[in-house]
Amino acid sequence: MAMAASRLLWASRAASYLKISTFPRAFSTVLKDLKYADTHEWVKVEGDSATVGITDHAQHHLGDVVYVELPEVGSSVSQGKNFGAVESVKATSDIYSPVSGEVVAVNDGLGDEPGLVNTSPYESGWIIKVKVSDSGELNSLMDDAKYSKFCEEEDSKH
Amino acid sequence: MRGLLACATLARRAGGAAATSTARRHLAGAAEAAEAELKKTALYDFHVAHGGKMVPFAGWSMPIQYKDTIMDSTLNCRANGSLFDVSHMCGLSLHGRQAIPFLESLVVADVAALKDGTGTLTVFTNDRGGAIDDSVVTKVTDQHIYLVVNAGCRDKDLAHIGEHMEAFNKKGGDVKWHVHDERSLLALQGPLAAPTLQLLTKEDLSKMYFSDFKMIDINGYACFLTRTGYTGEDGFEISVPSENAVDLAKALLEKSEGKVRLTGLGARDSLRLEAGLCLYGNDMEQHITPVEAGLSWAIGKRRKAEGGFLGADVILKQLQEGPKIRRVGLLSQGPPPRSHSEIVSNSGENIGEVTSGGFSPCLKKNIAMGYVKSGLHKAGTEFKVVVRGKSYDAVVTKMPFVPTKYYKPS
Repeated sequence: MAMAASRLLWASRAASYLKISTFPRAFSTVLKDLKYADTHEWVKVEGDSATVGITDHAQHHLGDVVYVELPEVGSSVSQGKNFGAVESVKATSDIYSPVSGEVVAVNDGLGDEPGLVNTSPYESGWIIKVKVSDSGELNSLMDDAKYSKFCEEEDSKH
Repeated sequence: MRGLLACATLARRAGGAAATSTARRHLAGAAEAAEAELKKTALYDFHVAHGGKMVPFAGWSMPIQYKDTIMDSTLNCRANGSLFDVSHMCGLSLHGRQAIPFLESLVVADVAALKDGTGTLTVFTNDRGGAIDDSVVTKVTDQHIYLVVNAGCRDKDLAHIGEHMEAFNKKGGDVKWHVHDERSLLALQGPLAAPTLQLLTKEDLSKMYFSDFKMIDINGYACFLTRTGYTGEDGFEISVPSENAVDLAKALLEKSEGKVRLTGLGARDSLRLEAGLCLYGNDMEQHITPVEAGLSWAIGKRRKAEGGFLGADVILKQLQEGPKIRRVGLLSQGPPPRSHSEIVSNSGENIGEVTSGGFSPCLKKNIAMGYVKSGLHKAGTEFKVVVRGKSYDAVVTKMPFVPTKYYKPS
């Protein structure tokens, strides 16, 4: 999820500054066996099926998620391209797909309970499932160690 | 009341220092200023020590939230209470025998009719009838006016007031001003505001009503106390000498036994939106008149008859004929609408634009305000708001969205 893509004028700045706040924050959870994009989405691949969500780090920065905009089943997504959005109380953030392929399922449970993205970002708060069209794309994503370091660097940047 | 959040909500009271041009329209521009250039309030270290997430806001480094989420902070303000640092806003006194006639040449309020020690929300207008800023003005005495303007509008407002004051005095007027940069401003809001503050002053706060003003001793500090705020709750804005600001903040939090919590600009924006209050820079701008903004009530009866403020011809005509556009509140389905979301009729024709919007922590649904063509402004009118290319159902709703709880004589 790229915070820089937020649309709301002040809120987007707010969100981006939340990201760079200087006080120490709790360490976010990062799971092994997942792959991560630099826009803070995770992907879990099983065969040619990939489950996509936003990371604990991302949800923590966003705060209370109040709405998740989902794509239609059957639509196609491309790596690095926007496919939906997450709304928190104050800000809107786009979600980018870490892999290319066809959307085979969306998490309808987020309609009633968008807060699952906060409480269970890697499990009940998943966002879409994709039938992967190019598994080679996974090589461009980060593993857990690299992503943890990436988040630390991003937090300390300012 | 005025958008505390400033010329861009949050930006509203922000304002100033980084703004170099008096014509600056986008407060958000100030947010781009390097952090090193940002002004700090007397409470900056206090905010950081309490986990404040500091963000640039109209040239100031201000807490957007603390450790509580914006959702929790908003709810706690209505259940218990909030303490906000709003020192970025600009307090100003006008002194002199002609302070009132002078101010009345720039604002729509009937200042002369105010009783000593009371205030009102008003609007500074330009010669086209548009809003330069909104402000709470208090008639301390007939020779002393105290007002607080938005941080984001500080430079612009001071230039505007200064220029007109010079011309006024050249013609034999007698007005001086003092910008209260030696003071800090705290907003104490919510049901525990009065009981908490009462523990720190001998003044009987039960006799002080909404919009009342007093210069009193609070915890030993010489304060200007106004029963006002920007949340829809009962509460106070306390102007305190800056050297006492941190001690006063500590005392207020302590006396509330932790129930009143430090609250940042994020929740402040949710609270003011729920209360249906305009944020200058979003919901009110240079090209929007007080009539269009739904603030005709703030134009004094005598002022409606006599005019005598900038843009009075435009505004009085609008009062007679009705404005072409009007500010409305709306509820919507789907994702929360935000500033600049398009409003369209059910047949897809553009009929207006959202100026503030978000998810209401108290109502658990989307609320927004925006401008639509007159005739489409009545409660119950249905149309659509467009968010990221998709249309969602919306309906005009009376504001405030959450009932206000101002302390008024019964």
